[in-house]
Amino acid sequence: MSKIYDVIIVGAGPAGLAAALYAGRARLSTLVIEKIKDGGQIVITDEIENYPGAVEGESGPSLIKKMVDQANHFGAEKVFDTIVDVQLEGDVKVLKGNKDTYQGKTVIIATGASPKPIGCPGEKELTGKGVSYCATCDGNFFEDFEIYVVGGGDSAVEEAMYLTKFGRKVTLIHRRGELRAAKSIQEKAFANPKMAFMWDTVIDELKGEDILTSMVVRNLKTGEVKEIEADPEDGTFGVFVFIGYDPQSKVFEGKVNMEHGYIITDEDMRTNIPGVYAAGDIRVKSLRQVVTAAADGAIAAVQCEKYLG
Amino acid sequence: MIELTKENFEEEVLKAEGKVFVDFYGDGCVPCAALMPFVHQYAETYGDKLKFCALNTTKARRLAIAQKVMGLPVMAIYENGAQIDSLIKEDCTQETIEAMIKKHI
Repeated sequence: MSKIYDVIIVGAGPAGLAAALYAGRARLSTLVIEKIKDGGQIVITDEIENYPGAVEGESGPSLIKKMVDQANHFGAEKVFDTIVDVQLEGDVKVLKGNKDTYQGKTVIIATGASPKPIGCPGEKELTGKGVSYCATCDGNFFEDFEIYVVGGGDSAVEEAMYLTKFGRKVTLIHRRGELRAAKSIQEKAFANPKMAFMWDTVIDELKGEDILTSMVVRNLKTGEVKEIEADPEDGTFGVFVFIGYDPQSKVFEGKVNMEHGYIITDEDMRTNIPGVYAAGDIRVKSLRQVVTAAADGAIAAVQCEKYLG
Repeated sequence: MIELTKENFEEEVLKAEGKVFVDFYGDGCVPCAALMPFVHQYAETYGDKLKFCALNTTKARRLAIAQKVMGLPVMAIYENGAQIDSLIKEDCTQETIEAMIKKHI
């Protein structure tokens, strides 16, 4: 606990790693604290098509590996720990983890967001037993099974397309009558013979003992409720949920200004506390993408350098 | 760490004497790969008190499904042929895994 870092970055996703790269290059002593794995949400993403320079074949894990190597190259230190309490006021900020306590003159909060659950009965109990939020992790279990994907944005449609590699049929369940995903992605989805669409529909309940066997869906327009059961020969099916994200900001509650759990910053990533910045998906912003997260990280690191003088 | 397969799962886990720790992982599962070094470390530390095994579910999909594992990572404790404790997906962290191991030794 003796060392006082110039910059402590919480979270090793694209925002945190970009910040580490810029801080490292500026020769600031930099520590990155990560909970479990480098990369954040992008490592559970099959294809990155919309990050400049990441062309066909670039996956989340392959892109993040380059970012990690680059940050390491410029001298950022890394520790795996979960932060449980913070003291952000004053010249030296203190972050208390499960393993150790860390001190920094500046802090960049880049904790990101985690997949939002549907919030229906049975969902928690059946997670990992038919319900999933990670296609690259779990898609393989559903080889030749029926798969349902919930959501209508870029992630939902892209992951649904990825899952057609495994499932014999992939049905997208969306609460609206049209997709929100980029047109180029939609075109591919509509042209895919394995894809089906269930419009204006939500899942009310997921059922099964130890394993998902049926679900109750409701049509929002007609009010019709029906139960979809697993093919008796399969015994189960997959439900993959991509309906947005929840900010990972609990430990900072009451310490920095927030709006619906997202941290409020100015355009230079400053929070309301001097020396404390936020970057990436954790911020209040209009576009949460790898490219905007990385940009936030760069700006935050440069602001740390200025703040330190 | 004993690497499990379709062939040896029954012998090494279900018919084993005492408790067995099983790390269910898969190809392309980044969270699984991130946790792997810690599990190996625990296997070194606690290996004399608990049997440690790992199963690549990508190569043994049906076996995993039969064990009600359809999402990764899963860390489980078996005794007398049955799963008696488990951590599924987001519940798997360094701290929770070590705590579960300590509970069963």
